Amino acid sequence: MPASSAAAAKAASSPDDKAAISVKDMRKCFGDHEVLKGISLEAHKGDVISILGSSGSGKSTLLRCINLLETPDSGEVRVDGELIRMKQGRDGHQTPADTRQVERIRANLAMVFQSFNLWSHMTVLENLVAAPTHVLKRPRAECLEQAEALLKRVGIWERRNYYPPHMSGGQQQRAAIARALAMNPKVMLFDEPTSALDPELVGEVLRVMRSLAEEGRTMLVVTHEMGFARDVSSQVMFLHKGEVDSVGEPKEMFARPPTQQFKQFIANFNK
Amino acid sequence: MDFDFYLSTMWSVLKALPLTLEIWFFGIAFGLIIATGLTWLRASGHRLGEYFTRGYVFIFRGSPLLVQLYLIYFGLSQFDFVRHSPILWPILRDPMYCTIVAMALNTAAYESEIFRGALRAVPVGQIEAAKAFGMSAFTRFRLVTLPIALRLALPAYSTEIILMTKATALASVVTIMEMMGTAQKIQHDTFRPIEVLTCAGVIYLLLNLSIARLFAWVEYLLSPHLRPAPEQSQQVKPVPEVL
Repeated sequence: MPASSAAAAKAASSPDDKAAISVKDMRKCFGDHEVLKGISLEAHKGDVISILGSSGSGKSTLLRCINLLETPDSGEVRVDGELIRMKQGRDGHQTPADTRQVERIRANLAMVFQSFNLWSHMTVLENLVAAPTHVLKRPRAECLEQAEALLKRVGIWERRNYYPPHMSGGQQQRAAIARALAMNPKVMLFDEPTSALDPELVGEVLRVMRSLAEEGRTMLVVTHEMGFARDVSSQVMFLHKGEVDSVGEPKEMFARPPTQQFKQFIANFNK
Repeated sequence: MDFDFYLSTMWSVLKALPLTLEIWFFGIAFGLIIATGLTWLRASGHRLGEYFTRGYVFIFRGSPLLVQLYLIYFGLSQFDFVRHSPILWPILRDPMYCTIVAMALNTAAYESEIFRGALRAVPVGQIEAAKAFGMSAFTRFRLVTLPIALRLALPAYSTEIILMTKATALASVVTIMEMMGTAQKIQHDTFRPIEVLTCAGVIYLLLNLSIARLFAWVEYLLSPHLRPAPEQSQQVKPVPEVL
């Protein structure tokens, strides 16, 4: 791994430091196709890691394996130092040992999806309140108050009583980000949050994400937005065919691509 | 046209409406309970459960309700153990109970298929979002899967209920004097099939019209997200540059 940067050095120098998220040697196959071939990653509090890679490189699968929407075949995931315990299933694949633990950890890892996945039968406000009241068991009044504040923050408070299908993609994704924030998550996972949006709506979502990065949120962002990766993230990780091709500090990565693969990848974007 | 005859027939058939509604109500109520059990068994992923429900649907959806009704009413009483059972016999010697049992067993087969389809049609992304936010399987089902599946099942379910309304007419063949039985008796007494059957038909039509409207209203209440967006009275403010 031709890692170049301070971030990688930091990870190497303080391995015992409690990372917000640490992934070790994660592997995942779909049938005969090996999607993740042993990926390790470490995110400390306040890190914004952009995960780049061409289609099929495994970047979305990596994110989905972290919160167990997909079950990795092997490897470990730690959130805030806590290992997600796995057990060997009957069919030889591993499964989570303790669903309660997985649910508790997922509540700390809010996810923002490519296709928003707002619950379509609930209003925006109900979407924001559902998980905090039913998962975190916080009082409803308090959740409502926080939800309204979050909607004001992402600029769609006027749409609080709308149903998701009645809003534009950009508004839906901002609502989805607010829904994630309502969980007060330790880490936010973004799975190509702008890929399903019309080009003119991408900016409003990126602006919200940038403000989150600026306030020191820990974020893992799978994205095709090179501008965001270069200017906002603290670390860039480039996946190629299920492996970490290169990782490093964004300015340097983009100025001097450490590998031929990454060079080609960004060249395609600059065309 | 003999209006007096129409009116008196109408009135006689209408007097049997409560009995029709009784069969209808208990038939669909027990049917719903059985269908819920079958759906749960099918969705549980247990292999035996799946074989059982598939066999059940094969038999009760594949044969005529009339055959099932005859088998339950005339057939089961042939067995000694049924006649001597303190639980089965009070139910199976009564034509009213037999009709309700046959209807419930029959509609449960169709309804379990409707519910299975609805559960499978819940978009994966909606369930994944619930998982990703740490909801337990039960919370996920209650807040996301069930409300969406119910909305998806409603149109097909209302059709099944209307079919059941019409199926209550079969009770007449096992001596029940519900609307159809009453109509047939008047027809036999008067030899005026057109007037009598027209009266019965009109009442069934109006009954089904009300049921269809009721379901349409429930569907409307449950799907504000599928109606056109409300008037956009306020312009959405752009995201401020500094948040």
